Amino acid sequence: MHSYDWFQLGLYVALLALITKPMGLFLGRVLDANGRTWFDPVLKPLERITYRVMGVKPNVEQDWKQYTLAMLMFSLVSCVFTYAILRLQHWLPLNPQHFGPTTPDLAFNTSTSFTTNTNWQSYTGESTMSYLSQMVALVIHNFGSAATGIALAAALVRGIARHSAATLGNFWVDLVRITYYLLLPICLVFALALVSQGMIQNFKPYTTAKLLEPFTTQVQKTDDKGQPVTTNVAVTVQAPKLDANGQPVLANGAPVMLDVPKLDEKGQPVMTNMPVMIDQKIDTQTIPQGPMASQVAIKMLGTNGGGYTNANAAHPFENPTPLSNFLQILSIFAIGSGLTYYLGRMTKNQAHGWSVWSAMMILFLAGALVCWWAEAAGNPIHHQLGVAAAGGNMEGKEVRFGIFNSALFATITTDASCGAVNSMHDSFTALGGFVPLFNIQLGEIIIGGVGAGLYGMLVFVVLAVFIAGLMVGRTPEYLGKKIESYDVKMAMLALLVLAVSILGFAAWASVSKWGLDALNNSGPHGLSEILYAYSSANGNNGSAFAGLSANTPWLNTTIGLAMLIGRFLMIVPIMAMAGSLGRKKVSQASAGTFPVSGGTFVVLLLGTILLVGALNFLPALTLGPIVEHFQNHQGTLY
Amino acid sequence: MTQKSPSLFDWKIVGPAIVDSFRKLDPRLMIKNPVMFITMVGAALTTLGIFTGAASERGFILQLAIWLWFTVLFANFAEAVAEGRGKAQAESLRKARKDTIARRLRNGREERVPAPELEKGDLVVCEAGDVIPADGDVMEGIASVDEAAITGESAPVIRESGGDRSAVTGGTRVLSDRIVIRITIEKGGGFLDRMIALVEGAQRQKTPNEIALTILLAALTFIFLLVCVTLKPFGIYSATAFSVPVLIALLVCLIPTTIGGLLSAIGIAGMDRVLQRNVIAMSGRAVEAAGDVDVLLLDKTGTITLGNRMATAFLPAPSIKIEQLADAAQLASLADETPEGRSIVVLAKDQFNLRAREVAPTHANFVPFTAQTRMSGVDFPALNGQPARSIRKGAAEAIKNYVQQAGGKFPQTVSQGVEDISRSGGTPLVVADGGEVLGVVHLKDVVKGGIKERFAHLRKMGIRTVMITGDNALTAAAIAAEAGVDDFMAQATPEQKLQRIREEQATGHLVAMTGDGTNDAPALAQADVGVAMNTGTQAAREAGNMVDLDSNPTKLIDIVEIGKQMLITRGSLTTFSIANDVAKYFAIVPAMLMATFPAIAPLNIMHLHSPTSAILSAVIFNALIIIALIPLALRGVKYTPIGALATLQRNLLIYGLGGVIIPFVGIKIIDILITSLKLI
Repeated sequence: MHSYDWFQLGLYVALLALITKPMGLFLGRVLDANGRTWFDPVLKPLERITYRVMGVKPNVEQDWKQYTLAMLMFSLVSCVFTYAILRLQHWLPLNPQHFGPTTPDLAFNTSTSFTTNTNWQSYTGESTMSYLSQMVALVIHNFGSAATGIALAAALVRGIARHSAATLGNFWVDLVRITYYLLLPICLVFALALVSQGMIQNFKPYTTAKLLEPFTTQVQKTDDKGQPVTTNVAVTVQAPKLDANGQPVLANGAPVMLDVPKLDEKGQPVMTNMPVMIDQKIDTQTIPQGPMASQVAIKMLGTNGGGYTNANAAHPFENPTPLSNFLQILSIFAIGSGLTYYLGRMTKNQAHGWSVWSAMMILFLAGALVCWWAEAAGNPIHHQLGVAAAGGNMEGKEVRFGIFNSALFATITTDASCGAVNSMHDSFTALGGFVPLFNIQLGEIIIGGVGAGLYGMLVFVVLAVFIAGLMVGRTPEYLGKKIESYDVKMAMLALLVLAVSILGFAAWASVSKWGLDALNNSGPHGLSEILYAYSSANGNNGSAFAGLSANTPWLNTTIGLAMLIGRFLMIVPIMAMAGSLGRKKVSQASAGTFPVSGGTFVVLLLGTILLVGALNFLPALTLGPIVEHFQNHQGTLY
Repeated sequence: MTQKSPSLFDWKIVGPAIVDSFRKLDPRLMIKNPVMFITMVGAALTTLGIFTGAASERGFILQLAIWLWFTVLFANFAEAVAEGRGKAQAESLRKARKDTIARRLRNGREERVPAPELEKGDLVVCEAGDVIPADGDVMEGIASVDEAAITGESAPVIRESGGDRSAVTGGTRVLSDRIVIRITIEKGGGFLDRMIALVEGAQRQKTPNEIALTILLAALTFIFLLVCVTLKPFGIYSATAFSVPVLIALLVCLIPTTIGGLLSAIGIAGMDRVLQRNVIAMSGRAVEAAGDVDVLLLDKTGTITLGNRMATAFLPAPSIKIEQLADAAQLASLADETPEGRSIVVLAKDQFNLRAREVAPTHANFVPFTAQTRMSGVDFPALNGQPARSIRKGAAEAIKNYVQQAGGKFPQTVSQGVEDISRSGGTPLVVADGGEVLGVVHLKDVVKGGIKERFAHLRKMGIRTVMITGDNALTAAAIAAEAGVDDFMAQATPEQKLQRIREEQATGHLVAMTGDGTNDAPALAQADVGVAMNTGTQAAREAGNMVDLDSNPTKLIDIVEIGKQMLITRGSLTTFSIANDVAKYFAIVPAMLMATFPAIAPLNIMHLHSPTSAILSAVIFNALIIIALIPLALRGVKYTPIGALATLQRNLLIYGLGGVIIPFVGIKIIDILITSLKLI
């Protein structure tokens, strides 16, 4: 934990705080249908034409049901569109590598994944997706799902801010304005900045490069028809080694195990087909090309996180320099952070906006410090064996980024439902890996996905205000809006969806063959992998703990469902709450109303998040990373 | 006067409550409380586990089952005690009319029927000594009535037909004269019956905040149910077989049983506290709404001021001695039975030791006040060498005319004094003897002692007070300043009152008001909380959502506090209940994993003796905390108006932080106890 790492952390928080206000102010203009921006001369005509083509009346607002329905329609249509392109990519242009169609379950998984702003990737981008799939089928969602999230957050904020209002804005107007005025201009500048750091942006076919140091690996032998060649071998099992008296041989108190042939009832050895492996000399490497900078800009800014390459932000092309790394993590939080300022401005209570921001920052810093500390401390077993690397746990990390920037990236990407990664979370220490998992399970509310983070956080704000409001002896009020049984019901429903889906799917997978077959690790670490996959899907994060071979029909389908549930089943109750809040009268604050800003409120909010939101997952987490942590210290690895 | 609150654990209440705790195990009743229903199902499943579980574990499972049943019974007991106390309170009121025989008038004839059989619209006769059989309106006659049975006030009150004093309450006694009463309530629909229904669980309607809280608790329960159900497969994955009783123990400890068990007791106890203050609330909703009120409309007369103007000073005219003025004023007031007149006699006596004299009627001729002359006084004929005198007191204008007719002059200084008194909000009363003006008596509305402090208290609670008066703006402003109200409405008509309430509500305020007259009924109905005085008309009592049996308008402040207390108690216990989960987590979860993962031992931060003792201790703590908190639930968390933020900080510290720490200590102690008693 070096001083320059501390400096970078400080610089990060300071810069984030600095851009929050201007971003919030700009969001205020974008999210106001009549707001003016610098881009009006260029984009206003385009905006008008778009409305005409879509048949949208920009001045007609929608109530919560119309707004939600419009959002659902948009998501459904764009999801089906993507599904179609992925299935038909072999007939479509811009496919220089001649990739075949994706399987139905993978296409379902991928299209829901991008529609829900999750960007969980069961596939390897550079070896599965054509340029058209990447640039059209996937990128429209990078914009569309991000804009949808921001629009929904704006609708909820309007509900809170407005007084006896039936409508929450117009979804189509929000969608168009966010895309045109906010996402496109920033992405243009951001992509250029990334290109300046050495990120590629082209349409060339992949490059084949000669390796300086060829190496040999084992691959499966195939026959003329391309089918794998197998051979029949005896199955072995482990049995304790016995001494001459038939007693187990002990070493350090534990029985010594031997491989022995497995026998069936008749005493015959059990045989199985195993693939035949042959040596293959690797002397060339395929280097992917493509329009990367433009993809990466929106992937970060829109907290999508779907990597162009499988290695995501750990790939040298996707994240070439320390500066590009810093800019990327800053852009993950940029819009979400600005939205808290927008909340304060719209509700005419800037202190409230900053208080919500502070609560998020405290959770962020706590997570980042724990993760960083755990990774810097390294693997306890290495310490016991006296072979610990000086820097800590470097497994699965890019040497270019080191421990601090890997831990920081992991924390931010899981705080914000981004899901891009620059290191392998699976290789973190138990505690270091606990942090990203915990962040996601909190509901992606630490800044969170663009828009989604704010509306998720506001669910906790409503619950905190409800419980605390009772404690001061008044019907709880949030910024003058009475929190009544309907609002509590909707807020709890949103939390319920999260818990049911994460725990339900994970429990199912952990005892079913399809779930266990996909695991590469056993024990608590395997459970962490399963929990992580469904948490990531539900939280619409999209990062993977890896170690789980997720591209199977069962996993693709269940994870796809989890993503849909985590996004849309959560949004509907929240929008119902927005509609209910919007219709309410604003009560006057008095000495009997407690302020929703300041230290007490922040403590209250944090307490609510940890007690109401996090406690649900602790028993399961105990069986995963927590027990693994203690086991590691006792010398057991998974 | 408030009735004494019965001690918390009176055997007369506790005995039946214990029986009721078992009777309430009826699943049809339990389902209304999702948290406790789940607990009961868990207890039942654990009981089954005694028979199906391994023999070595039977002792442990048996103890678990016992404590889980106790958890349910303790919660039922809390509710039963609260109901018992409420019933005892109501019962003592009901006793009064239990055996009453009513004299019903049918076709001009009297017949004797038991009071409970009276129907709305029946006419009954009551004479001196009779107990009024049910609530009603006096149709005929006038009588003095002893309402002590209900209000505790020993002085009899006058009830007469027509006007604002026509309402009588069942259970009170007629002391003199004969009245005919028309019954105004449906059979069994009297205030008392309604109140009794409110404190009895069966008919109790949940208040809005209670409903919202129940939803929150039910949702949390469902989430934790899911947590425990999914632990089973996670356990199978981890090669750990979690037994059903242990999973149930974890579930019951994590779900908010503390608040779930005490929630209805808190509501009932709140209603009970209202009743103790002699206020009958029509619904729990009304009491809860009282806690939200932030504007209070108060009638000046009787609430802020004593109700009558009192003489406070004599201001003599030039060249007149003050004693002379006092003497004349006292003489003029001797026959004046109005409170103002009496106050002049008293002031003269207090300031100048002038005794009230008996003046023989033959020696004096008292001139009563009439609307035409707008003055009153006394005439003495010339006697024993004394010249004839005719003393008058009255409004400045009337006296001016009087002295001018008698050839006198109205001095400038007196005019000045009259003006000064008017400007200060007082009423000037000019005294003249024949053609000579003697001076002015300053009559003033006297603000009740301590009322200013009460308003300051209200302000700290976040409540704005508005004084309503028929006085002119000048007078109203002066009294408003003296009493320390935040705002006033002068020359208010019933329509303006209604208008004012609507305006306040439109700008997001919740309004409470008190009223007694028929013309207050629309405003009482419009107000969020309308407290009708028991002395008020039937119309007013029907319109309001509470009736104050003592007819004390400042009672509203007490009701507001009770409403707030109810909410605070619920919020605090919810916080406490949820915060408790941290310690229970640290007690149970490591215990569940110890067998498979001994490495988890450091997570057992309380160093509990064994996995079974840890689980049992958490369950026992969870059950006992309900019993321990019953007194708090019944009494309510103390409310002090220190501002919302300070209240929040205080309660967060006590119930939030306390809620985290206390169970750590409690579970550890229980663990030591059960281990040393070799229960495990």
